[in-house]
Amino acid sequence: MQPLTTEQIRAVIARGKAKDAIFQAVGILCLAIGLLVIFLLVGDMVIRGAARLNLDFFTQFASRRAAQAGILSAWVGSLLVMLVTACAAVPLGVAAGLYLEEYAKRNLVTEIIEINITNLAAVPSIVYGLLALGIFVYAFGFGQSILTAGLTLALLILPIVIVATREAIRAIPGMIREGSMAVGATRWQTCRYHIIPYAMPGILTGVIIGLARAIGETAPIITIGALTFIAFLPPLPFTETTEGSAGLFEWLMSPFTVMPIQIFNWTSRPDPAFEVNAAAAGFVLMAMVLTMNGLAIWLRYRMRKNIKW
Amino acid sequence: MTAHNASDLPRISDRLAKNALRNVSERIIEAILFAAAAVSVLTTIGIVYVLVSESIHFFAQVSIVDFLTDTQWTPLFDDAHFGIMVLVSGTLVSSFVALAVAIPMGTIIAIYLSEFANPKVREIAKPVLELLGGIPTIVFGYFALLIVTPVLQKIFPELPGFSLLSAGLVMGIMIVPYVASLSEDAMRAVPMSLREGAFAMGSTRLYTALHVVVPAAFSGLAASYILGISRAVGETMILAVAAGMQPNLTWNPMEPAATITSYIVQVALGDLPHGSIGYQTIFAAGLTLLLITLCFNILGQWLRRKFRENY
Amino acid sequence: MQIHDKPALKAEARSFNFFYGEVQALKNINMPIYDKKVTALIGPSGCGKSTYLRSFNRMHDLYPGNRYEGEIRFHPDNTNLLSPEVDPIEVRMRVGMVFQKPNPFPKTIYENVAYGLRVRGERNKRVLDDKVEHALKGAAIWGEVKDRLQDLAPNLSGGQQQRLCIARALATDPELLLFDEPTSALDPIATGAIEELVHELKKRVTILIVTHNMQQAARVSDYTAYMYLGEMIEFGKTDEIFIKPQDKRTEDYITGRHG
Repeated sequence: MQPLTTEQIRAVIARGKAKDAIFQAVGILCLAIGLLVIFLLVGDMVIRGAARLNLDFFTQFASRRAAQAGILSAWVGSLLVMLVTACAAVPLGVAAGLYLEEYAKRNLVTEIIEINITNLAAVPSIVYGLLALGIFVYAFGFGQSILTAGLTLALLILPIVIVATREAIRAIPGMIREGSMAVGATRWQTCRYHIIPYAMPGILTGVIIGLARAIGETAPIITIGALTFIAFLPPLPFTETTEGSAGLFEWLMSPFTVMPIQIFNWTSRPDPAFEVNAAAAGFVLMAMVLTMNGLAIWLRYRMRKNIKW
Repeated sequence: MTAHNASDLPRISDRLAKNALRNVSERIIEAILFAAAAVSVLTTIGIVYVLVSESIHFFAQVSIVDFLTDTQWTPLFDDAHFGIMVLVSGTLVSSFVALAVAIPMGTIIAIYLSEFANPKVREIAKPVLELLGGIPTIVFGYFALLIVTPVLQKIFPELPGFSLLSAGLVMGIMIVPYVASLSEDAMRAVPMSLREGAFAMGSTRLYTALHVVVPAAFSGLAASYILGISRAVGETMILAVAAGMQPNLTWNPMEPAATITSYIVQVALGDLPHGSIGYQTIFAAGLTLLLITLCFNILGQWLRRKFRENY
Repeated sequence: MQIHDKPALKAEARSFNFFYGEVQALKNINMPIYDKKVTALIGPSGCGKSTYLRSFNRMHDLYPGNRYEGEIRFHPDNTNLLSPEVDPIEVRMRVGMVFQKPNPFPKTIYENVAYGLRVRGERNKRVLDDKVEHALKGAAIWGEVKDRLQDLAPNLSGGQQQRLCIARALATDPELLLFDEPTSALDPIATGAIEELVHELKKRVTILIVTHNMQQAARVSDYTAYMYLGEMIEFGKTDEIFIKPQDKRTEDYITGRHG
């Protein structure tokens, strides 16, 4: 066989480079489609929902008349559910991450826990809804309450918080632990005064991403049976209700609705007037989620810039 | 030189007592932390327990053979049929459409970001993609029903208002960021020395990417595809909103159909009494869903082990 | 006699400077590379010998911010390898390279060796078979792998991997072969095999080799260049450099008073 001539080599290179250029164009196109979807979504919701995007929308309850319906009970419900979720998922997730990174011995039990967390992350969210329906709603008797919803979503985002905690802890160099132990601190003191504070930004990022996921979750909340018409707010602590004075935790057991449920409710109505409400509420939810995600991305960016061990 | 008054110093036994106390509290803390880690195992046990125990009641009334072979799904009718294949077909068709979008697009984006784009583009594109992945699925459902379906109807005039095609396409867009992000991580983990070897032989960027980087990152790519499949099979709201919820044994994406997930939503929307057969069907359906995702996870782990990075 | 002694030029660096961003890594290098000879580049770590070597196949073009100045002329056609008009891919098709750490592709042994031919668009199975066998024989590894050509290359031992990488580079008949410390990741026996191979190969191809091991340079090379802090301190026949170096710095390095 003859070696290729310069012309032949140049032809091969030219063909290869043409393929490079075509691929590059396709790659940019694919990325652009992703961007376009975000723009289309936000743009469409703003345009369609503009008529309802005013202060009244946030201060009115749901209604049978589209033009008067608002999202008061939905956004209050979302905030309260997130409060419960955060209160449950953060301590549990951080403690579990801390245990796995700082305490756990390499043995079968640890391995089972780790495999289990990986697998839980891939379980469809609606299955968590079924879990909650069987355990929280009926076995524990919590009913279709804020507490049930908050705990369900907490279990759902637990793997995210645990993984974020572990990654943040793993990024702390071993010399910090040794330094602390060397002055006589116990393992817990080392965690309490060094590991947790240093891992905090990373944990916070994971918590925000987890909550952003939770606030948009619809399926598990529908599954626990919480799609009802709610035109009231959960009782404030120590206020008078029809059933007597509300205790500090009365609101936990209150029926509720959340933003995604309200949107689902409005999109599934045949009357197109409700599409406007759905668009406006969708925009509010998107704004909440994108803000949270943006915050997390910014935090991560800052962290990468600031921390130099 | 005066001797210290012995009573000023802590006695040995005091210090030991303090140590013992400290050890006890360390033990307690470790136990608490372990309990927190164990919650995840309890969650799994809870899921399996709930699904299996309710399904046992269900299968006491419906034979497994009927469940797997019946071609109708009418659990709430007087003439009740429980053929899960009806729901599985909807799940598979919509997932197939979604993956036909997400896997090529996600892979192309990953190759582009990892092998072609300059670092600045990558620094911006990845977080933006993550934003796309963070959009609530209910919003995607709205998008499918009110934006994508009307556009598709202009192309296919016979397309109904609810269809697996529309829902599947949007699901695909939703999954793109997961596939792209994980695939890109896997490709960036391929050592630079392999790329240099390929470039030193005179390969172009695309040739290097397809013939050296992709094979080297194969197990990571497979893992990202498996995650994409799990997402597609388990996705609920896009389908509940845009694919219609009537059970329909079909392999045609142009038709509306219920999936396993959207059926569960539909039942939950109604008011089925606790303990009725209708109530139990959603757990049997949930168990089927969990088994399907489990199969894919096992497949993924097997692929990962078989094609462990050997660079 | 003197005239017959001087072999033909294969390449020549002329007032060659190289910059990593603002940092000048190579300063005014002038040096000939003789055809079908082995030229060794020696010097302490960080002296720029690898940077220099990687300029011959324009590897620095892969990373942004790098800049060449001056020329590396490539013969017989007297092309300036560094010229912006010259396509780096074309340069790499003429100049082969073997890296510090063996880097076989995650493919079969056969496909590794056939890689460069496929890049050039070769599809004829008989030609490929032929070339692969020839290259593997040339890299003295044919006997060990001829029965397992379809095995994955990363499963070979380190020394075998490196010889496979040499076969991969040889398969496309390069005019110049670059070796970047090819034995630094290998044990002494594998190192010996590679050195023998280099000796054998110079009948077919011009070789430029970076090594931090002076004995190795003395054993395998015909010419040696000593580099220090990005400068070419001394270049000459290997015997002369090692027996009576002209520069004090070269002498210090060779006698072990430095680095």
